[in-house]
Amino acid sequence: MRIGVITFPGSLDDVDAARAVRLAGAEPVALWHAEHDLKDVDAIVLPGGFSYGDYLRAGAIAARAPMVQDVVDRARKGMPVLGICNGFQVLCEAGLLPGALTRNSHLHFRNRDQRLRIERADTAWTSDYATGQEIVVPVKNGEGRYVASPAELERLEGEGRVAVRYVGGNPNGSLRDVAGVTGEDGRVVGLMPHPEHAVEDLTGPSTDGLGFFTSILEAVVSA
Amino acid sequence: MTVDTVELAATTPDVEQPHAELGLKSDEYARIRDILGRRPTTAELAMYSVMWSEHCSYKSSKVHLRRFGDLPPSEHLLVGIGENAGVVDVGDGYAVTFKVESHNHPSYIEPYQGAATGVGGIVRDILTMGARPVAVMDSLRFGRADAPDTARVLPGVVAGVGGYGNCLGLPNIGGELLFDECYAGNPLVNALCVGVMRHEDVRLARAEGVGNKVVLFGARTGGDGIGGVSVLASETFDAEGPAKRPSVQVGDPFTEKLLIEACLEIFGQDLVTGIQDLGGAGLSCATSELASAGTGGMHVDLDRVPLRDSTLTPAEILMSESQERMCAIVEPGKVDAFLAVCRKWDVLATVIGEVTAGDRLTVDWHGERIVDVPPRTVAHEGPVYERPMRRPADLDGLQADDPAALPRPATPEELTAHWLAVVASPDGADKTWVTEQYDRYVRGNTVLAQPDDAGVVRIDEDSHRGIALALDGNARYARLDPYAGAQLNLAEAYRNVAVTGARPLAVTNCLNFGSPEEPEVMWQFAEAVRGLADACRDLGLPVTGGNVSLYNQTGDVAINPTPVIGVLGVHDDVRDRVPTGWRAAGETVLLLGETRPEFGGSAWASVVHGHLGGRPPAVDLAAERALGRLLGALGREGLVTSAHDLADGGLAQALAESALRYGTGATLRLAADPFTALFSESGARALVTTTDPEAVRTTAEWAGVAVTELGTTGGDVLAVDGVGELPLAELRAVWTATLPALFGSPEATVGAVPAGTVPTS
Repeated sequence: MRIGVITFPGSLDDVDAARAVRLAGAEPVALWHAEHDLKDVDAIVLPGGFSYGDYLRAGAIAARAPMVQDVVDRARKGMPVLGICNGFQVLCEAGLLPGALTRNSHLHFRNRDQRLRIERADTAWTSDYATGQEIVVPVKNGEGRYVASPAELERLEGEGRVAVRYVGGNPNGSLRDVAGVTGEDGRVVGLMPHPEHAVEDLTGPSTDGLGFFTSILEAVVSA
Repeated sequence: MTVDTVELAATTPDVEQPHAELGLKSDEYARIRDILGRRPTTAELAMYSVMWSEHCSYKSSKVHLRRFGDLPPSEHLLVGIGENAGVVDVGDGYAVTFKVESHNHPSYIEPYQGAATGVGGIVRDILTMGARPVAVMDSLRFGRADAPDTARVLPGVVAGVGGYGNCLGLPNIGGELLFDECYAGNPLVNALCVGVMRHEDVRLARAEGVGNKVVLFGARTGGDGIGGVSVLASETFDAEGPAKRPSVQVGDPFTEKLLIEACLEIFGQDLVTGIQDLGGAGLSCATSELASAGTGGMHVDLDRVPLRDSTLTPAEILMSESQERMCAIVEPGKVDAFLAVCRKWDVLATVIGEVTAGDRLTVDWHGERIVDVPPRTVAHEGPVYERPMRRPADLDGLQADDPAALPRPATPEELTAHWLAVVASPDGADKTWVTEQYDRYVRGNTVLAQPDDAGVVRIDEDSHRGIALALDGNARYARLDPYAGAQLNLAEAYRNVAVTGARPLAVTNCLNFGSPEEPEVMWQFAEAVRGLADACRDLGLPVTGGNVSLYNQTGDVAINPTPVIGVLGVHDDVRDRVPTGWRAAGETVLLLGETRPEFGGSAWASVVHGHLGGRPPAVDLAAERALGRLLGALGREGLVTSAHDLADGGLAQALAESALRYGTGATLRLAADPFTALFSESGARALVTTTDPEAVRTTAEWAGVAVTELGTTGGDVLAVDGVGELPLAELRAVWTATLPALFGSPEATVGAVPAGTVPTS
């Protein structure tokens, strides 16, 4: 099982994502944004950070990187893709996921241990959770406020596309407490919180985040 | 525009030069003329003015700082004072480099950029040593918390520290936030960075090997920060003077992140023979220091420096403090590989010169020679002053004003009210408002971060080796007695590292003082250095480097002397680390160490009475050593479930923080005099919890540390015999309300997971 982690200029949590993949029992494969070689990976993680310094808009430049164009093509054919924080922003900018991430409503960068509810336990990245299960993982962002038009939000709710929701307080003013959404086929998931920072008792607030990385093992094996 | 060349300078000795405007005294200017045997060119004058500034030359502090160099050699010190940062052996072939630096003056003028570039500068210092930066800390001081100007400066500083560090992907693992009237016009922004490398990867800042190329890489050079070190950091602010904003640098953390990754790849491929970052004094500093520390000869073609602004004069290019730049010495055969790594990371890199035979640093502009100097006279042989010193005239009166005379709380109600006042004071209050703006998780190796006593970072995922770091600087103690104050600050940082179970290894410092031209300030400085050096000798710890920030005064009012001391410790296995808070009920609460009635400079005297006087707590380094040894043993043996250092606010503060960390109360009995027990700030003490009090007692006896049993954890109140019952909800409410009330509470309804409710799945 090979899971690629793409590094862009300004990616920060790529080492963390690779560690989480390893702890889940898969092989992390480092991918470089400027190349077209996906190195035969079975799934891809777009990690957190400030790709291109968040210039223009968070994720906007990375979404045009050569490798992301390949990722979009492969994702449309069913390759599982997880975007975390900046990776989520890239997926929205690339058009793989609906909506947009804007400046936190309170204008501060905010890092805290956040309670989340898994709304969809049948995506490629959340199948090891139970629907309605609450987990705690770190959230840390300055531009994490999820927005979409009222009609779009209605459609997403109707289609069950909200994969993860903030509970016990909304850290950034996201509409409808949306923390993460999934694509139509449940293979592409993006979320602002950082499951890769909650994979070891020694360094995380919990090990609740590991489920994202163990889920994908089953999804790929059964695909 | 005619260029002021070396040739022209030699034939026009009588040209008036603006040395005073550049911050040079007349005798310093005369000395430059002596060295060169002619008047300096405009470019040379610019170089000397920035390099001979207080900030770069340490001309007032040097004679005192020698005490650190005179400490006995340490087996742990791989690189000592004089390089960009000291390097310490932490075992298993790992080396750690760490340093704290001030960016006080820029942060007052432009809080966000001042603080941001402070972080950027110290990170480059660490990178320059060959290390991967792995964490940052910040030690912040502002004027009164409720002063209008604090509301201007603090939010910007915090956002700047966070904005830069977060974007670099460096976890912020702790620091300090303190308030005092004395910092109203002079906030202190001290930033620490720590980096990790293998022993063999240490890099030094020297230019050697004739024919080797000088490569400038990173950001383009602009007009920002010109004269930052000489104009800003080395003069007292004059309220009437012109705005100094153009002297503040502007940071771009994205470029710095690329610079870090490019440098580490360059080091990995062994492509440099020497490297230096561009910080204060920019290219003047990097070229002269590299040449001076090397064989002495270097030539630079200034036309090749990539510019953001083509109208910059050569002197401005040499003085610019544009951020995110580095200078490397590269063998000719490795230049292509070097440039290829830079291209991969989109880092601009340009060969601007080469190492030459001889011992002159020469710079050409448009084909004409504009600098021809012996680099050692610029970088390392600047002026040195033995400034006059005088014990402050008010010190006897201050020390005689003993807090023993202050009214003390007598009833349980008064004791409780004073306890709440200390805990809710801006210094004692919860710092989440600040720290949640910092990423503490990135890189996934943060084992402990604020609000724990020290930051702990894992450096090897297989062996679990790790490091601990603490920064402390109580300026009230130092005001009352700078010698003892510096020692108490060292002792506190030492304790903070020790309570996590780490073994203290080495010391860094950031010495923030007023104007060295004031004899009383100079005396405070000399005393603090002497105190710190003596205490380091006693504890067997080397000083690995440090930073001096002078001229922290507005008009003739200096800040309280503020020696901020950093201590690095090592964990052989970070899984043995001891956290600060109480988690479980039914554990025994023990106080380690002895409590004496010591209230001079205490938080209680300051918060309740607005009083600063008397003597600071007695320094007992033997007791600190014994306590440190005991805490290390307790951690290794797994005999304690939590440990918390006692410092500002004494036991009162430590009990509140221990209980609130995970929402676990306790039932406690204090000694006969609960006031002294709660508010004394005697050193060499720590609070621990254990399920095996007998084993702790036995170990403490071996270490020679007194143990007092205080009670048992459990419940949701702090119930203290003779004081009363403090519900944790009430305590938490006052503790967490202070900073949001002062600096704004964006969406107060937006809640975090309450401490203690994190599920264990």
